[in-house]
Amino acid sequence: MSTLELNGESIELDEEGYLVDLSLWTREIGEALAKGEDVDLTDEHWDIIDFLREYYEEYQIAPAVRVLTKAVGKRLGKDKGNSKYLYSLFPYGPGKQACKYAGLPKPTGCV
Amino acid sequence: MATKKFMFVNRKAPYGTVYALESLEVVLISAAFEQDVSLAFIDDGVYQITKGQDTTGIGQKNFSNTYKALGDYEIKKLYVSKESLEERGLTQDDLMDLVWEDEDDDWAEKPSIIMVDRSEMAAVMAEQEVTLSF
Amino acid sequence: MAMLHIVNKSPFEKVSFRSCLNHVSKGDSVLMIEDAAVGAIEGTSFSEKLKTAMGDVSVYVLGGDLAARGLSEDRMIDGIKAVDYAGFVDLTVENETTQSWL
Repeated sequence: MSTLELNGESIELDEEGYLVDLSLWTREIGEALAKGEDVDLTDEHWDIIDFLREYYEEYQIAPAVRVLTKAVGKRLGKDKGNSKYLYSLFPYGPGKQACKYAGLPKPTGCV
Repeated sequence: MATKKFMFVNRKAPYGTVYALESLEVVLISAAFEQDVSLAFIDDGVYQITKGQDTTGIGQKNFSNTYKALGDYEIKKLYVSKESLEERGLTQDDLMDLVWEDEDDDWAEKPSIIMVDRSEMAAVMAEQEVTLSF
Repeated sequence: MAMLHIVNKSPFEKVSFRSCLNHVSKGDSVLMIEDAAVGAIEGTSFSEKLKTAMGDVSVYVLGGDLAARGLSEDRMIDGIKAVDYAGFVDLTVENETTQSWL
């Protein structure tokens, strides 16, 4: 268990750095979680993060990478719906890393 | 990896026991291995995919919307027992409209639910290489 | 002595609900909770059995368990009352004893 210090508040994280209480998430927390891993979030990152949050809201799960890739292709175009593009944004794995910044649990079916 | 025909047989109502949720999680995980997955909803399992589920009164997470994501996971064959619905005073109209999107057909939505009688269900079961029961 | 019988298993899966109805006395109450809530619906292979018993006993269902399974209260057999958790507590108070049919 670790914590994220932000604006004088301690936010609880699990052993892999995911938010323990998903309801606490704000965009600022997303930025801070990324900063902690030396990532500056760009609009391109946010497109994926926003998409993940909407997907979770609708289906109650974070999509597996394969599902994410296909869905991004449909939504944002073929040039973005491929693993090369997604890994260029999230080199530790688009599912695991983007879900962390999005304040979601690790994707179901993440192996 | 060789593709095998997997069937998940769901026979319990959701929420009263943990079987339905456990099955759904294993189904989603198995999809990551790109197998030929189908689901069977028999007996009280048909209650897992009824529409309009509202769990606010029992304080449990409503996971019914997750079944709508199955199409994204290439799970497009949900066999539902006609007799099980009839015995419970239900019809296909009481079930969620579960579909998958066909990427090769301009993302057209196609139905995932396949209504079958007992003999048809038995025939589908007989084709499977791996059967997991919940 | 009036007894509250609580059933939590689906009548389509286990015999406990039927067994309960075979052992109730006039004036008792039956409360369906959890998976047993599906037994409250009209037009099922179980509804005639329950309607017969309703001549002697009052039958209740926990509304939250019905809603969780996508079943609306207008589908219930006439005469069954939907209750919330407070109603559940009232039933345990109104009856001298309680029996759970697990």
